[in-house]
Amino acid sequence: MKRAWAIAVALLLGSCARGDGRVTLTVWAMGAEGAAIGQLIPAFEAANPGIRVEVEQLPFAEAHQKLLTGFAGDSLPDMAQLGNSWLPEFAALGALEPLDARVAATPGLDRADYFEGIRDSNVIGGRLYGVPWYVDTRLLFYRRDILARAGFDRPPTTWAEWRRQMVAIKKLVGPGRHAVLFPLNEYEPLEVLGLQQAEPMVTADGHGNFESAGFERALAFYLGTIRSGLAPAIANTEIANVWDQFDRGEFSFYITGPWQLGEFARRIPAARQDEWATAPMPGPDGPGASNAGGSSLVVFRKSGRKDAAWKLIEYLSRPAVELRFHRLTGDLPPRKSAWRAPELAGDPRARAFAEQLERVKPTPKVPEWEAIATMMRTVTEAAAHDAMPVAAVAAEIDRRADAILAKRRWMLGREARAASQSPSPFRRFAPPSLSRWEREGARSAQPSGKGEGDRLLAKESAS
Amino acid sequence: MNRERAAWGFVAPALVALTAFFFLPIVAALLLSFTDFDLYALADLGNLRFVGLDNYLTLLRTPLFWKALGNTVEFVALGVPLSIATSLGAALLINSKLARFKGLFRTVFFAPVVTTLVAVAVIWRYLFNTQYGLINWALGAVGLGPVDWLGDPHWAMPAIVLFAVWKNFGYNMIILLAGLQTIPDELYEAARIDGAGPLAQFRHVTLPALAPVMLVVSILTMAAYFQLFAEPYVMTQGGPVESTTSILYLMFVQGFQFWNLGFATAVAFVLFAILFVLTLVQLRVVRRWSDR
Repeated sequence: MKRAWAIAVALLLGSCARGDGRVTLTVWAMGAEGAAIGQLIPAFEAANPGIRVEVEQLPFAEAHQKLLTGFAGDSLPDMAQLGNSWLPEFAALGALEPLDARVAATPGLDRADYFEGIRDSNVIGGRLYGVPWYVDTRLLFYRRDILARAGFDRPPTTWAEWRRQMVAIKKLVGPGRHAVLFPLNEYEPLEVLGLQQAEPMVTADGHGNFESAGFERALAFYLGTIRSGLAPAIANTEIANVWDQFDRGEFSFYITGPWQLGEFARRIPAARQDEWATAPMPGPDGPGASNAGGSSLVVFRKSGRKDAAWKLIEYLSRPAVELRFHRLTGDLPPRKSAWRAPELAGDPRARAFAEQLERVKPTPKVPEWEAIATMMRTVTEAAAHDAMPVAAVAAEIDRRADAILAKRRWMLGREARAASQSPSPFRRFAPPSLSRWEREGARSAQPSGKGEGDRLLAKESAS
Repeated sequence: MNRERAAWGFVAPALVALTAFFFLPIVAALLLSFTDFDLYALADLGNLRFVGLDNYLTLLRTPLFWKALGNTVEFVALGVPLSIATSLGAALLINSKLARFKGLFRTVFFAPVVTTLVAVAVIWRYLFNTQYGLINWALGAVGLGPVDWLGDPHWAMPAIVLFAVWKNFGYNMIILLAGLQTIPDELYEAARIDGAGPLAQFRHVTLPALAPVMLVVSILTMAAYFQLFAEPYVMTQGGPVESTTSILYLMFVQGFQFWNLGFATAVAFVLFAILFVLTLVQLRVVRRWSDR
């Protein structure tokens, strides 16, 4: 009898826990952010008793595949953290809910408070698909002491100045050491140099644009730095400990992101902490742009709990919560008002990021970009080991990019044909029309600059 | 008639399962390889195009495919003989009448097979490190210059071969050991009476008696080594300069990184065709061998 009572009570309690009328919101988050978001949830749930948040943590390496599989299998959560560079892909899939109306109806979310390039990376085809959650971009980590010994009291702002500093450093440190590290298995350094150009790397009509004068200039600078021995022709897999080697002066410049701030602070001995600093990227003529990276919060189109999801996004986007998140993860907040906090405004290394964030550009917003960037890395890695002329390297990248973009061109052509006829009612998703950035890029596209890079290289090696 | 029906009844569950989980997926994959299924098709099947043999023709025109094929063949050509020789050597040592602690050595040699590949690959990356690695340290001790194992395009594949052989030789060793134990002692006795030394005994008794087992082992090993993937995935990500990109790695990158599933299935079928032909050749060799 006693046992029956116990069971009845247990059942009653169980049913209470289930049937409390709360909405369960499922969220996928990745890596360190996935671990940290859990600590922000209790305060949100306390403020919103009607919502229970369930966070699933994905490892970064598997997240992309899991998201795509989730889309194919109709098992996506209500919302997720999504890398900026993945947005075009999931927007093309029609998996994301446009958020323009919700942002407009939320007074706390002031569009102008976000860094423009970061916000723009969430706009695809004129629609906003994500709210930036944290940002990253790449800039220079450099050895202040070595630069000073080479005779320079401040980091470079132009490529020419950067080149002069690297030549002086190389002379100072001698053989076996280098001035800069461009790991050959990373496409990001060259991607950043390419983004600094006026011409887009992918045109609006779905062609590679790597033979433009601008990209050839970037490629010439990149390959010239490696071929002249200012940078070692090695991949990251050959570097046992990047911090240790940086500390020993094996290279003095390194292009990387905010996730390294904590690592450099932790791994370089305390006595030599003031030897390193950060600086915004130098550009072809004056301070240059960098990539608009980081992650955004997105709502999936098929979610039935979009209002609850939006409440969580609104909560996580409050400057105070962003700062708390920054303290938990070291991630940089996307809102300028959060940057006014003394812990960020008073840190000169973080300030370089704030300055760079004013000059960030999204990578080309095509789902194929990662494949193109990977291909670009493969071609330049081989070119770093031989003497292929820059124009020929650019032409090879262009040729392969066009092959990767073939399907996109077919889709664009079909879209154009369909637009001239009556619109079909059977379309399941908005065609991947072109973003503002792409349109502007297309307008400023220059005629082909064949040979431009080689002339620059020849000039540089002659001087 | 009744018995035949009963037999079908018994076989039916297996047939149904095989059809549902094996034959149908293969046919579906084959059809997929004739389409350009990609991200856009995932969004809307209206974006799917039937492209016939285009994926296969594109594949044959892709330099990376030929490079990956060359890398895979290099891995198989270096790895399979080295692996079988190591297995045979270890099996002979353990089978020797002079050997002590046989159980211990059998376990030690077999241990790499059951370890987690990813974990030991990380350890081997340390061993291969150019500056601090144990292997270069040992080479330096005998006066050989440091080798940039995982960074030099010429050395990366041999490094992967060394790792794979270490990881896998224990498995074949167990099979060969079983083969060795079936060779009757009388054969060795007769050979000794005829005046055969240890080498002649190995050449004229052990090897012929082991031949069938060796062939099975070589077929299995070759099929497994052609499917090289996890080692470069963990240790080099296919680099440097694509020198460790295998066919399966290419398929993974195309299929699961860029979601070009049509193209990736074409890669899979090409690999399947290569393995199929090679196995046929090996089986023919076996048949000729046993006919003699």
